[in-house]
Amino acid sequence: MTGFGEFVRDAGELVVQPRMGMSEPDRMRAGLLATKAAAGTTVGTITLDSYTRVGDLDSAELALMEDVPLNGYPIVSHDLATTRRVLDGIQCEDFPIQVRHGSASPQDIFVALMTAGLDATEGGPVSYCLPYGRIPLEESLRNWSRSCELFARLRDIGRNPHLETFGGCMLGQLCPPSQLVAISVLEALFFYQHGLRSISVSYAQQTNFRQDAEAVCALRRLCDELLPDVDWHVVIYAYMGVYPTSPEGAYQLLDRAATLAAATGSERLIVKTVAESVRIPTIEENVSALEYAAAAAARFRSDPNAEAMGERDSQTYAEAEALVSAVLNMGTDIGHALLLAFRRGYLDIPYCLHPDNNGRTRSYLDAAGRLCWADTGKLPLTGLVAARGARTVTSSELLESLSYVRRKFDSQAIGSAGRAALEARGA
Amino acid sequence: MNLPVTTNTLDRRDAAAKRDATVIVSGGSSDSHTWNLVFLQLLLEELGYTVVNLGSCVPEELTIAECIARRPALLVASSVNGHGYQDGMRLISRLREYGELSDMPVVIGGKLGISGAQSSDQLAALIEAGFDAVFDDGAEGIASFQRLLDSLPQRALA
Repeated sequence: MTGFGEFVRDAGELVVQPRMGMSEPDRMRAGLLATKAAAGTTVGTITLDSYTRVGDLDSAELALMEDVPLNGYPIVSHDLATTRRVLDGIQCEDFPIQVRHGSASPQDIFVALMTAGLDATEGGPVSYCLPYGRIPLEESLRNWSRSCELFARLRDIGRNPHLETFGGCMLGQLCPPSQLVAISVLEALFFYQHGLRSISVSYAQQTNFRQDAEAVCALRRLCDELLPDVDWHVVIYAYMGVYPTSPEGAYQLLDRAATLAAATGSERLIVKTVAESVRIPTIEENVSALEYAAAAAARFRSDPNAEAMGERDSQTYAEAEALVSAVLNMGTDIGHALLLAFRRGYLDIPYCLHPDNNGRTRSYLDAAGRLCWADTGKLPLTGLVAARGARTVTSSELLESLSYVRRKFDSQAIGSAGRAALEARGA
Repeated sequence: MNLPVTTNTLDRRDAAAKRDATVIVSGGSSDSHTWNLVFLQLLLEELGYTVVNLGSCVPEELTIAECIARRPALLVASSVNGHGYQDGMRLISRLREYGELSDMPVVIGGKLGISGAQSSDQLAALIEAGFDAVFDDGAEGIASFQRLLDSLPQRALA
């Protein structure tokens, strides 16, 4: 059977995918069917609930017994027959399905999805540990290495299991792109070391289009250099931070994400919807977002004046390459190298409060909206990043930066609505 | 689960006037959000406090142990995932059982319920259970929080 990775690689156009998970099996099935029927090349998503994510299976089971809706599909707690019924006739060569979760202890999740006949999921030992909760990084690395090795055994029965790094997201905002690229690549190398041969690397849209294009090109170049015998592709996440509240602003931001994916030759895009700033989206809102993004990417492809973006050499590549090399030089076991790197501050996520993160780095947005280092802490970027004398970031600047994208896209939306109103009045 | 007691003290190099007092900032036991906690830390540091930020998903035992060990001038519980009322009630009931913490100022704020602003009954219940103040989401919440900080003794627990 064609796996998730081969399907995306051979699609010939941008593959679009929702974030979608419902606890009620019939609604989960309806969501998958609607995704499959949407215009464009789509793949399905089963997003799990927060209780399953943190391993609180008692609470997930209690909610099922009491008919309390959860914020995702509890794949470990639903019995196998139920999950098979959800998937029956939907999952096929033309419509692979990926499980999305968020767990630093994902063993139960891997067992459940493999038993149900699924072979694509995502995450990573760093990206599903440091931004959330308190599980020590060392424990997450151990859990993820066991899970990867179990997952890779699907290869013994002729399947090609697919795993996506979540490392291109890290807290969703304010992590400079070079470090997102580095962590995404390092998690891919971790997956490779533990037996996976079909891998996607993620990058989450940030605050400046040109810088994002630079980052995706850096990601591609590093994968070219470091993942020679792997079936790999790039997946873009539409913005994961504070989202615009106006529908126009939300669609414009999604348009930029789809254009970024198309202009950088990325193979897959995970969309966000107009409901993002307020609640979990409906099936219909998800379908609208999928179709809107697929059309935006198709428009870019058919536009004779549209140009591919991003240069081979860039500041983002230089920084990402320096971070990846520094970690790889710490040992041949990638997991151990990652652990040492965080201990010594060679990787350090700005504003991440996890006890295993150094917490010495800071970032800020410059006048053009590029995400820059305010303080590189102990990152091995000496000579690459101009020393700024540890620029202080205040609490009000932090709030401003966190809402930069919302403000920018909402005010554009208000501006264009205002213009439309003036035109309607003949002004 | 291993519970690290080490805390993340952000490296602040600007010399704000020290108030010689520590404030502990803590996320709710079921809440994985952290931007709220980072904001509070920066705000409190700008006002001259030493901040111990316990981060997200903090078990009640850890918050209580840190309060006993550090005797802060104030404990700030912050929650935005909609479980703040339940998590807050559990924390304050257990914390006030410790004699040495019976007088320690403790406040809670954020998006405490799943459907917008909390009911006045819930606000009253949180105060009744032992919180010294409850701050609703929004600009007025931050302003009244700052007024409370100004009213704290300068050497609360020397």
